[in-house]
Formats: sequence, C-alpha cells, structure tokens
Amino acid sequence: MISLENVNKIYQLGDNQIKVLQDVNLRIKKGEFVAITGPSGSGKSTIMHIIGALDTPTSGRYLLDGQDVSSFSDDELADIRRDKIGFVFQSFNLLSRSTVLRNVMLPLIYNEVSLDKRLIMAEAALRAAGLSEDRWNHLSNQLSGGQMQRVAIARALVNNPAIILADEPTGNLDSKTGQIVLETFRRLNKENGHTIILITHEIEVARQADRIIYIKDGQIVDSL
Amino acid sequence: MMIRDLTQETFLAITANKTRTSLTMLGIVIGIGSVIAMISVGQGAQKSIESSIQSIGSNLLMVMPGSTRSGGVSAGRGNAKTLTSEDAEAISKLNKVKAVSAEASSRYQVTAKNNNTNTQVIGVMPEYATVRSISTDLGNFIKDKDSSGRVAVIAPTTRDDLFGTSTNPIGQKISINKINFTVIGVTKAKGSSGFSNQDDSVFIPLKTAQLYLSGSKYLSTISVQVEDQDSMSVVQENITELLLKQHKISDSTKADFQIVNQADIAATASSVTGTFTSLLAAIAGISLLVGGIGIMNMMLTTVTERTREIGLRKSIGAKRRDISQQFLAEAIALTFLGGLLGIFFGWLASLIIAKFANVATSVSGFSILLAFGVSAGIGIVFGYYPAQRAAKLNPIEALRYE
Repeated sequence: MISLENVNKIYQLGDNQIKVLQDVNLRIKKGEFVAITGPSGSGKSTIMHIIGALDTPTSGRYLLDGQDVSSFSDDELADIRRDKIGFVFQSFNLLSRSTVLRNVMLPLIYNEVSLDKRLIMAEAALRAAGLSEDRWNHLSNQLSGGQMQRVAIARALVNNPAIILADEPTGNLDSKTGQIVLETFRRLNKENGHTIILITHEIEVARQADRIIYIKDGQIVDSL
Repeated sequence: MMIRDLTQETFLAITANKTRTSLTMLGIVIGIGSVIAMISVGQGAQKSIESSIQSIGSNLLMVMPGSTRSGGVSAGRGNAKTLTSEDAEAISKLNKVKAVSAEASSRYQVTAKNNNTNTQVIGVMPEYATVRSISTDLGNFIKDKDSSGRVAVIAPTTRDDLFGTSTNPIGQKISINKINFTVIGVTKAKGSSGFSNQDDSVFIPLKTAQLYLSGSKYLSTISVQVEDQDSMSVVQENITELLLKQHKISDSTKADFQIVNQADIAATASSVTGTFTSLLAAIAGISLLVGGIGIMNMMLTTVTERTREIGLRKSIGAKRRDISQQFLAEAIALTFLGGLLGIFFGWLASLIIAKFANVATSVSGFSILLAFGVSAGIGIVFGYYPAQRAAKLNPIEALRYE
C-alpha cells in the first residue's frame, strides 16, 4: 500500500543542490513491521517525512493506497496525515499543561468527532498503548519519559490510522523503557494489524522489526 | 474545527500565561476606556448645550431689530427702534404661527428693602410664558394682556438676590428705576442657557414697561413659536416678507430687523460639540492603536513560543485554516475581553468625571457599540499577521524548532 517510485528529494541551498534522496524505490505492505535505519544525514528522516505526508518529493511518485500523494496540496496532505498516519516522535511533543486525556483527544478535534465518541476513542487508545488508568487525568508533564511516550503512542492510535510512523521513539528513553515501547509496537502490529514504520539509527532497535531497510547517502542499500 | 473546540483552545491558551495576558489586555482596556470616557464628555457637553437651547422654548424664531443708519453712522445691531406691537400683531396672523410674544427688555437697577441688583427687566405679554415655556413656582405669571399695572414676576436668582434664598416674596414691593412694583409671582428655575441667565430677570406687563420705563412703543424682541419644526424656514421667510412690507423696505439687504432661528443655533452648537467629541475620540484612539500593537507583539511571541506545538498540530492533521483560526480567535478574545473591561472602566471614569469635575457626561449606546466593534476589529487587524505566520509554518521545521 506504500509505494515510492524513483523518488528524489533535492534541497536548494544557495547555489548548491543537495540531493537528499536519489531514486528511492520502496514498497511496504499493509500490516508490515518495518525499520528504516541508517547513519545520521543518510536521508531516513526525509523518507519518513515523505511517507508521513509532511513533505513531497522533488520528483518521482509516492502512492499511498493507490493515490499519488506527491502532487497533493497542503490541505490534502493534512487530510492524509489526519486519516491515515499516526506520528510518534523522539521528544514526545505533548501539550505539557494539558491532561493525558486531552492530549490523546487532540487529533479528534481536527476531524470533528462528536464529543461523546472522543472519550471512548481516547480510552481505547490509552488501553492499547498500555498506560495505566490512574494516570489518565494527570498533566502530561507529571509523567515519566516512558509514560509520556505511551501517551504519544495513544495519540497516534486514537484515529485508528493504518500506519504508525515512529521517529526514534526510544531515543529519549533508557533501554529498559525503550524495550517496553518497542514491545508495544510489536503488540499493536500483531493484535491490531497496524503497519509500523520505525525510523532509528540504532541497529539494535531496528533488528526488532520484521524487515530492515538500510539507507546510506540518500539511497537504499542491501546492508550497512 | 468545531466552534466549541475553538473556544476551548482559546480559553486554555489565554489562561496559560495570565500575567502576560492581563498586561496585554490592559493596553486595550485603557484604549477602549479612554475612548468611552472621552466620547461621554463630548456627548455630555452636546446634550447640555442642546437642552439649554431647548429650554429657551421650542420651534422659536426671534425677530430682533436690525441696525439703523443716520447719515451713514450705524447705531449697531439690535439698537434700532423698528419693531412695534403692530408688527407682532401682523406676524401672529401668519400661517403656521402658534404664538407670538412681544417683548421690550432693558437693564435696570432693581431694589427691594435692603438689597439691590442690576438685572434684565422684560416687558412681556401673557404669551411669553407659553412661547418661552416658563411656569411659576409661586403666585402667577402676568395674565392680563392689556394690563399696565405695576406688578412684577421675578425669576428665582433675582428673588435670591433681593429677598434671600427660598423666601416667599409675594406681595412685597420692589422698585425698578425708582418706580414701585408689587411682586405677584416667582418663576421656576430653568438653569443658565449659556447665552443669558434666564433665572435672573424681572417680568412686568409690556404696556407698563413701555409706559413707565422705556417711554416708547418699540419692542426689543418678537418671539414667534412655530407650529412644527418643518415649517420654521417657511415661516421665517414669510415674516421677512411681511416685515419688509410693513416697514416699506424694497431692498431685502437693507432690512431693519433680523430673524434668529433656534434650529440654526442648535445646529451650529451641535456641529461645534461634534467636532470637539471627534477630537477627544481621536486622541483616545491613539492609545487604542498602541494597545493593538501590544496585542500583535504578544501574538508574535506566542507563535514563536508555540512553534513546536504548531508543528505537532499540523502533523496530526490541522490545516492552515485551523491554525490561523486558532490564533486569530486568541487575539480577538483578548481584545474583546479588553473591550468589555474598557467599557466598564470608561463608564466608571465618566461617572467619576461627572461627579468630581462637574462636567456633564453621557455614555451612549452608540459609543458602546463603537467600542465593541473597534476592539473586535483591532483583534482581527493585529491578530491576522501573527495568525498567518503560524499557519504558514512548515511542519517539519516547526517540529524541529528548539
């Protein structure tokens, strides 16, 4: 369902052209658990931005469920992000002065879900992300790093998107908590059928996925 | 984004940093407050001038003598002896004329037992009371049209000067120009009109005034009350025509009388106070502008501070419009609340000014509506740019912002 065809991404920096991605061809099937890995500056973040509809390629096609997203307008990209993709970031990006529940319900205000449904959806997402119920009414800045990442996962899940894009989700966590978060992804993949795309520079983390895509200097390689 | 969500987001955002919110709002509060207070001072002045013009009577035309020339020497306007009771009689027969009052006034020294004062003595006919809307507090006004009796009705200030405050002088003797009069009434206070103090006068029968005081048949004023406001200019023209004929003058530029229209005085006065009000409002408007710039400054700071949040919101599906709406709503909420408080404090200020500075103030529905409109408008104008800046942020860069 995700298909990148000859995708190039070029940034213009003054007179210099920087080729961040070169002829990237990539397919990810529904329900896969994939890791994209590579050293910093390899272009893995750019791939994530394109897959996540945050950015569009300079040339080439990005087909998502058969739609060519590469030609979409800003607002159409926003709809794709809202309906099909859930993001999990390294730095969690929670609204610090809001409660856990409000953070998880935040995406629902942008697709105008009715108020009574929101709570049900948020609670289901929090259970799926494995955050214990006594934390749900805490302010998000009162939580530990692992708990914050679970809230972020719940937020990514709340709209029930097909794809979860996790950008260095364990980067700010100790290895034990990181492991719990990775197991959560594994469980979501197995039990709920979410497609999980994990972006990481740690090969140890990448190995937990079913398939590893290596990126080096903007190109997909067989191994690092 | 639903209205309810927008309201909630806005509420959370402006309560997040209460100190900054209230300081920013203070600029708008002061701006709107001073606009309300200044307009209230201007409109208060306008109202008090209008009401004093109205207190002279309603739909009045005042015919006064013009200047006379004898051998090229002008005696000055109003000094001519040209108007007579016959003129008044003729005017009263014109169409649309409700009442006519012939008057002969002059200043005299008036003495009671121990006190004396120099005041205006007006020889009047009974119609004067209707035309000038005068009523009596004690006793009666002059009732007999042809009376030449030596009776006098005095106005309250004159009463205070001659007999002391709040005394009953009915039946007492006063002497005007060394001729004795009996006081038969005291008029109700009307307040100073700004032109002359109507409460400092003595009224005596017209015939008496002509017989004992001026010794001539000429009048100083003929006050004409017109039936309705719309007919005033027509009646004014008819009087001019009539008097020119009566006085046998063919060239209207050489008229020996002049007619003052009350509506003209009112219009002039209100255009003066209108200018005055606009000037005050413009000065207050400057502080409103400064307040608006304060709002813009705060919103730009907020957008910068919340860059990552904006990036996050975009990544979970917020469109440009959602983001710009959110920040615009925040700016409008700030100015709207500031406007509300400003109206409250402006009103309070106008009451304080009225009480302690003894200036009439009046807060009108119009100035409140204006303040509401202006404050919401300032929110839109000064909130628009920051909101656009937020909406145009690139989500990837916004998410990376440190």
